[in-house]
Amino acid sequence: MNIYKNASVASKKAFLNYAIVILFFVVFQTLVNTGSITSALKGQLIPIVCYMIMAVSLNLVVGISGELSLGHAGFMSVGAFTAVIVSALMSGASNSSRLFVSILVGAAIAALAGFLIGIPVLRLNGDYLAIVTLAFGEIIKNILNCLYVGIDDKGVHFAFNNPNALGMDPLGKEIIKGPMGAVGIKKIATFPAAVILLLVVLIIIQNLVNSRTGRAIMAIRDNRIAAESMGLSPMKYKMLAFTVSASMAGAAGAIYALNISTLVPKKFDFNTSILVLVFVVLGGIGNMTGSLIAAGVLVVLPELLRKFSDYRMLVYAIVLILVMLVTNNEKLKGRLDTFVKKLGMRISKGGRKK
Amino acid sequence: MLAHLINGISLGSIYAIIALGYTMVYGIAKMLNFAHGDVIMVGGYISFYSMTLLGLPVPIAILAAVFVCTALGIVVERLAYKPLRAATSLAVLITAIGMSYFLQNAALLIWDANPKAYPNIFKNFEAVEFAGARISPFAIVAIAANLVIMIALTLFTTRTKVGKAMRAVSEDKGAATLMGINVNFTISLTFAIGSGLAAIAGVLLCTAYPTLMPTTGSMPGIKAFTAAVFGGIGSIPGAMIGGILLGIIEILARAYISSELADAIVFGVLIVVLIFRPTGLLGKQVHEKV
Amino acid sequence: MKKKLLSLIMTGALVMAMTACGGEGTAAGGNGGSGAATGSGELTGTLKLGVIGPLTGGAAIYGNAVANGTQIAVDEINAMGTGFTIELNAQDDEHDAEKSVNAYHQLQDWGVQAIAGTVTTTPCIAVSAEANSDRVFMLTPSASATSVTEDKDNVFQLCFADPNQGSASAQYISDNNLATKVAVIYNNADAYSTGIYQTFKARAAELGLEIVSETTFTDDTTDFSVQVGDAQSNGAELVFLPIYYTPASLILQQAAAAGYAPKFFGVDGMDGILTIEGFDTSLAEGVMLLTPFSADATDERTVNFVKTYTEKFGEVPSQFAADGYDCAYAIMAALQFYADKNGGLDVTGMSAEQLCDILISVFTDADFSADGVTGLGMRWDANGQVNKEPKAVVIKDGVYVGM
Repeated sequence: MNIYKNASVASKKAFLNYAIVILFFVVFQTLVNTGSITSALKGQLIPIVCYMIMAVSLNLVVGISGELSLGHAGFMSVGAFTAVIVSALMSGASNSSRLFVSILVGAAIAALAGFLIGIPVLRLNGDYLAIVTLAFGEIIKNILNCLYVGIDDKGVHFAFNNPNALGMDPLGKEIIKGPMGAVGIKKIATFPAAVILLLVVLIIIQNLVNSRTGRAIMAIRDNRIAAESMGLSPMKYKMLAFTVSASMAGAAGAIYALNISTLVPKKFDFNTSILVLVFVVLGGIGNMTGSLIAAGVLVVLPELLRKFSDYRMLVYAIVLILVMLVTNNEKLKGRLDTFVKKLGMRISKGGRKK
Repeated sequence: MLAHLINGISLGSIYAIIALGYTMVYGIAKMLNFAHGDVIMVGGYISFYSMTLLGLPVPIAILAAVFVCTALGIVVERLAYKPLRAATSLAVLITAIGMSYFLQNAALLIWDANPKAYPNIFKNFEAVEFAGARISPFAIVAIAANLVIMIALTLFTTRTKVGKAMRAVSEDKGAATLMGINVNFTISLTFAIGSGLAAIAGVLLCTAYPTLMPTTGSMPGIKAFTAAVFGGIGSIPGAMIGGILLGIIEILARAYISSELADAIVFGVLIVVLIFRPTGLLGKQVHEKV
Repeated sequence: MKKKLLSLIMTGALVMAMTACGGEGTAAGGNGGSGAATGSGELTGTLKLGVIGPLTGGAAIYGNAVANGTQIAVDEINAMGTGFTIELNAQDDEHDAEKSVNAYHQLQDWGVQAIAGTVTTTPCIAVSAEANSDRVFMLTPSASATSVTEDKDNVFQLCFADPNQGSASAQYISDNNLATKVAVIYNNADAYSTGIYQTFKARAAELGLEIVSETTFTDDTTDFSVQVGDAQSNGAELVFLPIYYTPASLILQQAAAAGYAPKFFGVDGMDGILTIEGFDTSLAEGVMLLTPFSADATDERTVNFVKTYTEKFGEVPSQFAADGYDCAYAIMAALQFYADKNGGLDVTGMSAEQLCDILISVFTDADFSADGVTGLGMRWDANGQVNKEPKAVVIKDGVYVGM
C-alpha cells in the first residue's frame, strides 16, 4: 500500500489500468469457468480485448502524439493477414507457440508498414495528415484485395492480382484468396492470451508516456516550434509513437484473425478505423482508462441493442451524437451537472424521509 | 482512350459538385462534414420518389430534392454542429460521423434496403458522336452543371455582400463578428448551399449509376472529400479541378492498370501531391508564426 | 393433449432456464430428451430454428428475403396443426463475419436447435466453423461457395454449389450455339461470383467457347463503363454475368448507354432483376438466366408461395426468399423422415447436438429427398451439396419465359 501512496499520479493511473484489466479478466474467466456466462458475451470476449488494444494504441497517436489518424484499421489488417500466413506455416507446432510467433511477426510487419507510411504522412499537419492516413488505410485494403497466398511442400507462394500465377503443387492449399480473404484459419487465440497481450501493450504505452521520450512527444504535440528549438526532432519522436502504435494494432489484428475462421480485407476499412477513433474520443483523448472502458462498452452495446433490431444502429447513432453534444457543449454540460446534482439530492432526500 | 476520358470527366464532374459542398463547409466552419455524402443519398431518394411515386416532372423533382436537402442541411447544422462551435475539431468530426450513421440508418428504416433503380432522366435524348466517341447526354449535362455551379459560386462569393461575408468568416471569425457580420447566419447559409448542391449531385450520381441504396452516398462522399483535399480544401476552383482530375485518374487507372487497384492509385496520387504541395493544388500556403 | 401440454410447459421451462443461465439446451427429460420414439411415427414438438443473415446494411435485401421466406414456411407449418411447430428467430449479421458469430452466439443463448443460414458466404464460413465444433446443424439457403461445406459434416447447402452453375451455363451456351465469343464480368470480391467464373472458364475451354474479355469488379463498384467497354471492343457476342442482380442492372443500363447490345446470360443471382423498384424492364429484354426458382412458374406450390409472400410483404419473392422457404420445409421433411423410420420423434427440448446427428444422418441418406419451390426431389451428397436441376429462362416483355 505504501508503494501505491508514494507513487506519482501518473503511475497511480497506470496501476488503475492494470487493475481494471486484471479485474475484467478475473471476473469473466470465472464466469466462463463456472459456465454462467451467455454464449453471446463469451464469444465477444476476445474481440473486446482486440478493440481495447486498438483503442489504446490509437490513443497513443491521437492523444499523446496529437495526430489524427483515420487509417488505423489498415495496420490491424496487416497484422491479421501476416498472422494468418505465419500460423498456417507453423501448422506442426503447438498452439501456444503458433499464437506467440504469429502475434510477434504480425506486430513486426505492421511496425514496418507503420514506419514506411510514417515517412510521408508525418511530414504533413492537421487535417491533411488525417486524410493521408485515411488514404493509406484504403490503399492497404486495396493491396490486400489483390494478394493471393498459397502454401505447398515447397513453401509459401505469393501472387499479385492474379490467382493463377501462384504456381503451386496440385496438393497445395490457397490460404488467402484476394478479396475473398483468408478461409479455414485455425482458431488458436485464447482469452487469457489476449488479456496478456493487452497488459503488455499497456505496460509499453504507459512506460513510454511516463518516460523522457514520452514527455518529448507530448512537448512536440503541445508546441512543436518550442520543442524544436529545444533540440527535439519532431520527426523522430512522432515516428516512434506512430510505429509503436502501428505494431500494437498489428498485434491486435493478429489475435483477432486467429479467433475467427474467415477474414476479408474489407473488414478493415474506413468504418473500422472510425469505430476505433470513436472509442478513443468517447473515452477521452489521451486517457487510456477511458479508451479501455469505451471500447468495452461500445463493442457490447450493439449486441445488447439487438432487441431493437432495425432501430439499433439508429439508437447507436443518436447515443453517439448526444454523448458528443453533452460532453463538449458547455451549456449542456452545465445543465447535465445540475440535473445530476438535483437527482442526487432528491435521492438522498428520499432516503432521509424513510 | 477518348471514351475513357469523357467517362472520367463526367464522373469527375459529380465528384467536383460534391467536393464543393465539402470545401465550402470546411472553409468556413473548419470541419469535415462526414454526413455530406449521406445528404447526397437523401437527395437521390427524394428526387426518386418525387418522380416515381408522385409522378412529378424531372425539373420539379430536382427542385424538391434541393429544397429538402437544403432544409436538412440547416437542421443538421442547428441540432448537431452549432452547439459544438467552441469544441475541438475532433469532437465535431465524431458528431458528424454519428450524423452520417443516423442518416443512413434512418434511410434504411424509411426506404428499406432494397436497391431502387433510378429512372433515366435523359431517356429522350440522343448521344452525340464526337471524334468517334459517343458522348452521352448525361456527360454533357454533368459537365455543364459543374461549370455553371462553379461560376455562380465564384461570382456569389466575390460579388455579393453575403458571399463576401462568407469569405470574411472563413478568414477570421472574430474579426468578422466585430465587422457586424452575423457569423451564425453565414455558417447556416453555407450549410444550406452545400446541402443544396449535394441534392443536385445526388440526382446526377443516381442518373449515372442508377442503384439507390442507403449507402449510396458514402463512397462517393469519401472520394469527393479526397478531391477537395487534392485541389486544396477551402478553394472553390480547387474543388472543381480536384474532382475532375480524380475522376479521370480513377477511370484511366481502371481501364489501363487494374480495376482493383484503381482506388489505391487515386489515393496514391493524392499522397504524392500532398507531399510536394502539402496544402493541395490550389490551397493557400499558411506560414507559421512563432 | 396431455403430451402437448407437457411439451409446452417444458418449452417454457427450457426457455426460462436458458435465458436465466444461458447454458446450452440440456436434455429436459421425458421422451423428448433422448429423441426416443413416441411410438406413433408422428413428428411432434417445437423446433427452435434460427436464421442468420444481413437484415440491415448493404446486403440487407438478401437477409430480409430469406427471413421473410422462412417466416412464411414457418407460419404455414404451424398452421397445419400436426403437433409439430417451429419457433423462428432471425438475427442480423450486417454481412460481417464477426457480427455473424455474435448473432450465432445470441441464438445459442436463445436455445437454438438448428440453423437455416447464414445467408451470405463469408459470414457463413465463420459461423459454420463454430457450428461444426459445437455440433449445430446448418442448412444454408444461399451461401454457395464450396468452402462453406468443405470438411464440415454438419453444413448443407440448399442452393447450388458454385461449380455446378458455371459448368451448366457453359454447357447451355455451347449446346444452343448462343455465341462463340464470350465476355465475362464477375465480382472477384465475392466467392459466389468467382467460383462460378472459374468453373465456367474451365468448361468453356473444353467446349471451345472463346472468352475474349474477362473483367472484374468489387462490391463497391458502381461504374462499369470500363468493363462494358472492354467486352464491346473485343467483339463479344455474349456477356456472361455470374453476379447478383444489383450490379447486373447497372451493367445492363451502362451497356445500353454505350450503345452495346450483346446477349446477356446470367445465373441464379440475376433473379430479382425485374423486381427492382423503378427498374426499366425493357433493358433486361432478352436476358437469359439459369435459375432454380422462377416466380412466374405455374405449379401449385410456387403459385401459393408467391401469392402469400406478395400479400404479406408487398413484393414478389426473389430466389433468396424461395431458398429460405425451402429450408424450413426441408428441415421439417428430414425430421419427418426420421420419425417415420424410427416410430416417431418429439423434438421439444432435444439438444442441438442430438438433432444435428439426426439431421446429418437423414440428409446423407440416399432415400431422402425434399421438394420445394426451388426444385423437386432435391438430394444431398456427403459433402453437403445439393443436387437439383436448374431451369433456363429468358426475359420476354418483362416476364420470365421458360426456354
